[in-house]
Amino acid sequence: MPRKHHPKVVTANDLLEGDVVYRTAAGSWSSDLRAAVLIEDPEQASTELALAQSEPAMVVGIYLADMERGPDGTPQPVHFREAFRATGPSNYAHGKQAGLR
Amino acid sequence: MYTYSEFDTAFLAERNRQFRAQVARRISGNLTEDEFKPLRLMNGLYLQLHAYMLRVAIPYGSLNSAQMDKLAELADRWDKGYGHFTTRQNIQYNWPKLNDIPDMLDALAKVGLHAIQTSGNTIRNVTADHFAGAAADELADPRPYAELLRQWSTDHPEFQFLPRKFKIAVSGSPNDRAVTKAHDIGLRMRRKEGELGFEVIVGGGLGRTPMIGKVIRDFLPLSDLLPYAEAIVHVYNRLGRRDNKYKARIKIMVHEHGIEDVRALVEEAFTRIKPEFAGADTLLAQIKTRFRAPDLRPRETQAFDTAYRRDPVFRAWADTNLAPHRKADHAIVTVSIKAHGQTPGDATSAQMRVLADLARKYGYDELRISHEQNVILPHVAKTDLPAVHAALLAAGLGTANVGLASDIIACPGMDYCALATARSIPVAQDIATRVEALRLEHAVGPLKIKISGCINACGHHHVGHIGILGLDRGGVETYQITLGGDATEAAAIGQRTGPGFSYEEIVPAIERLLKAYLDLRESEDELFIDAVQRVGHAPFKAALYPTEAHADAA
Repeated sequence: MPRKHHPKVVTANDLLEGDVVYRTAAGSWSSDLRAAVLIEDPEQASTELALAQSEPAMVVGIYLADMERGPDGTPQPVHFREAFRATGPSNYAHGKQAGLR
Repeated sequence: MYTYSEFDTAFLAERNRQFRAQVARRISGNLTEDEFKPLRLMNGLYLQLHAYMLRVAIPYGSLNSAQMDKLAELADRWDKGYGHFTTRQNIQYNWPKLNDIPDMLDALAKVGLHAIQTSGNTIRNVTADHFAGAAADELADPRPYAELLRQWSTDHPEFQFLPRKFKIAVSGSPNDRAVTKAHDIGLRMRRKEGELGFEVIVGGGLGRTPMIGKVIRDFLPLSDLLPYAEAIVHVYNRLGRRDNKYKARIKIMVHEHGIEDVRALVEEAFTRIKPEFAGADTLLAQIKTRFRAPDLRPRETQAFDTAYRRDPVFRAWADTNLAPHRKADHAIVTVSIKAHGQTPGDATSAQMRVLADLARKYGYDELRISHEQNVILPHVAKTDLPAVHAALLAAGLGTANVGLASDIIACPGMDYCALATARSIPVAQDIATRVEALRLEHAVGPLKIKISGCINACGHHHVGHIGILGLDRGGVETYQITLGGDATEAAAIGQRTGPGFSYEEIVPAIERLLKAYLDLRESEDELFIDAVQRVGHAPFKAALYPTEAHADAA
């Protein structure tokens, strides 16, 4: 059975901070998943990935992550790993969730 | 404690200077990530899920108070006020910034600590019995040998690009507290015809293909340690597989070639290279002079006896957290870093400072980190124990649970680790909270629960009496249970019970296991692991999978 196609975001970790970052529509990087550009078209996703990888890197480990479009239009992680990346660890209110509160 | 020589100090300074320059070149763009990654790994720096992680070696788990204070300082200055003690007697900082790493390493060097070879395909931090130098059952302190191995393996030109990582553990006691049979090389001291030597075990390991190590030499004279270790790693470097990362550890080489062939190759290499190690004896003698054993003063034990009689809280703690010291008027204190509901192995900077203070005041300035993620005060006069206990309680470090169900080993899991497939920390927290709420663990007695968040088994789940392995099954966290593992000299790999459990189901499943044990044990003296060996898995499976058992019976 073919896997369900999900829209993507381009994501990585910031070179200096290590923090999870997402590619925005403007081609910059944001630490907030809500600011990420959600890419529906698989070909466009590959293009965006290649473009991000070709730039002088202030980020590390760039890849495409599966997302769903949330009720407010923002990306919502499909896999629990991406959900943790977008929020932070579950044992302390550290990482992104600290800033979201 | 080992004190650094001028050579050691100069070596660290030079190494840190090199890495500072490498970090600068990475930030300026003169090094790509592909070029930088092996360099940063050689210096203990990972990029994890949310941040960088710096893994600092605590050689053979030994620290003095100044070093513990420095670890606290790093936690405050460059992290979030805590550190995580690991199953390899290291400490990990979960939130450092790349720019700060060189300063962190320089700060560590001031007290003789470093992060060299805490990652990469090299010989890693050499681990040892956490009761080393203090245990009543010890033949000799294994740490001078561990230090000898550290000096030999650090920057060893032949062994910087091994097929895979390489872990060595050393025990000076017949009772194995260092899991020597689950290491690439395990060294267990023994006595033969009045002479001390090592039983050398090779090819143990956990991970994806768990194996109990095999004895390659049943008695190695202590003076032959370095040439023999070099011969083993030399043969592995040549024969170990580089075609498949998952088959690259020495355990696979031993499995594929057979221990007899490996032994023949190692003995041949050993004979050939032994003459080159003529100076090793002198080096070992020098190292031994740098390990100053504390001069233990004889003390009364009256204060201990009184507190033990009168104070039930102290008594409960003494019963679980103390171990016999070679001097009867002293004790080994295991400080639980497993307060119920807290993250196993996480200590705040304030707690680290309390531990350092206690070591200074009552513990001859010595501390150890155990692979079970607790902190040891190896030499405390019994008469000082009530004061030590009171100070620990005030710092949230007085939990009386060492060796019990809530004294859980857990890897960082998916809360931090980029390799993890599921979380382990919250599972450990929830099990501990649950057994405490039910007042279950003192009834259950000695029990080793070990949790890994992926197949790499940093949480040693294979050798837990109860092992829990977190996996990703179709995008859902799923936990497999193994039973009957053993990390001692009677090392055994636990066997899977059956289908896994969801995150919501795993804690109730463990509760059912514990209750099943209480129902079926012959007496309070029959330990959980002994009951598993006596009755087998069937009654435990029935408890874990009640509906299936019912279906089978129908």
